Amino acid sequence: MTLPFYTSPEQLMRERSDLARKGIARGRSVVVLTYSDGVLFVADNPSNTLHKVSEIYDRIGFAAVGRYPEFDSLRVAGIRHADLTGYAYDRKDVSGQTLANVYAKALDAVFTERVKPYEVEVCVAEVGSSQENDKMFRLSYDGSIDDESRFVVMGGQAETIRGVLREDYQEGLELAAALRLAVRALGAEVGTGAGSGGAAAPKREISVNQLEVAVLERFRPNRAFRRIPTSTLSTLVEERSGEDASGGPVAE
Amino acid sequence: MENPTARAQSGAALPNAYFAPGSSFVDFVRAAAPELLPGNRVVPEGQVGHPPHGTTVVALKYRGGVLLAGDRRATAGNLIVQRDIEKVFPADAYSAVAIAGTAGIALELVRLFTVELQHYEKIHGVPLSLEGKANQLSNMIRGNLELAMAGLAVVPLFVGIDVDSDGTEWPGRIFNYDVTGGRYEEHGSYHAVGSGSLFAKSALKKRHERDVDEDTAVRNAVEALYDAADDDTATGHPDLGRKIYPVVVTITPEHGAVRLSDERTSSVAEAVVAARRDNPGG
Repeated sequence: MTLPFYTSPEQLMRERSDLARKGIARGRSVVVLTYSDGVLFVADNPSNTLHKVSEIYDRIGFAAVGRYPEFDSLRVAGIRHADLTGYAYDRKDVSGQTLANVYAKALDAVFTERVKPYEVEVCVAEVGSSQENDKMFRLSYDGSIDDESRFVVMGGQAETIRGVLREDYQEGLELAAALRLAVRALGAEVGTGAGSGGAAAPKREISVNQLEVAVLERFRPNRAFRRIPTSTLSTLVEERSGEDASGGPVAE
Repeated sequence: MENPTARAQSGAALPNAYFAPGSSFVDFVRAAAPELLPGNRVVPEGQVGHPPHGTTVVALKYRGGVLLAGDRRATAGNLIVQRDIEKVFPADAYSAVAIAGTAGIALELVRLFTVELQHYEKIHGVPLSLEGKANQLSNMIRGNLELAMAGLAVVPLFVGIDVDSDGTEWPGRIFNYDVTGGRYEEHGSYHAVGSGSLFAKSALKKRHERDVDEDTAVRNAVEALYDAADDDTATGHPDLGRKIYPVVVTITPEHGAVRLSDERTSSVAEAVVAARRDNPGG
């Protein structure tokens, strides 16, 4: 009688992690950061209809990278969870932290029990009464959870983007400034990351057509989530050139 | 993950219902937490006594919009149980709903309906069409049929703006329902439901036409509610002493669904009451 194939738990977990990490790194990135009047989501997403950023509840937004069907089922589960909690108790009782915990458990269950892990990273952001009270949670494919207070970067070459933000992020940025910073950070990724075919390319200008941008506005009553249409985006980003010429914050 | 009907417990991963296909909140609740739905309760044998009843609500079309208005009284048998109950609610950005009948179930259905509309909008990224909303409400009333047969009937009145039909002078539409969930669009310019609706409709028949502006329509609505209160004990007059006035929600393509401020409804209510002092029949 032959013994069944034995794989040690360590190796099993390592292989699943590798699979998930590779899948996530292939995708385009998403940046979530707090600014003076709320939380800003900026996704490098050429599709107009397949959203990476979404509304979950009155004060809660969702962003994700990785495989679309996987994070979309998490998004829908999150909306269901939030709506059910708000319906059974009260709208005030729905919190981003609870939702992040729910996601952590769901991702952990998939990671340990299924053959293939979810190749996704998820960010749950909740806008608070002030910038210090904004909450952001980053969840990885294995259900591990990080609590961030300034910005969250997911997907692609997240480390490069994080580097730009670590250097230039300040508290109290206005919306336009925060958006320009996010766009510049996403551009930095393309510069170093897409160089697999040759030498490191110079950083790429990201056009507004391939951005998906949304905000959770602190002072908007009830539902804080709002998508920013491309037409408004170009106005906001165009201010960049003006500010650069006038000696505003520039980092090359 | 085995029990699809278990509510998410802290410490456990999400049950399968959370990942099932579909976009209806009601369908999801039916799978995940059926005890929260009004239609899923066991109806006890015999009379339920006199649960609080909400009464008259009216809907009016006017040039550029549609409005929904209701009095503030809830009764149980011969008693007034609440003087300032609200029965008229904006359902989403471009529609409003009011329900006459058993107050407890009516309020629950309104809450469920508003969550349902928002739920769909969040999942799909676009709101339901006006007909879609009206049909969804129909489904929810149908789910309450068993309770209705036991005497706990609720009858909604639904109004909204068709955002796709831009340019028309009368964008507002009115839908009324029966207890079995039957949905009927009102092609005239007004409708009313509830115990005083007979009188309110008679008043509107003589008083209202759709070619009026918003101020006149609000006035007509308050007049009709006054007439209902005049002949129906379950409908409340505007209570100037306690500062309780009818609730009015207007819907226009420009401003969406807006609940009128107390200042505005109070001035209309005071004018109506003053005019009726010397002329009780209006």
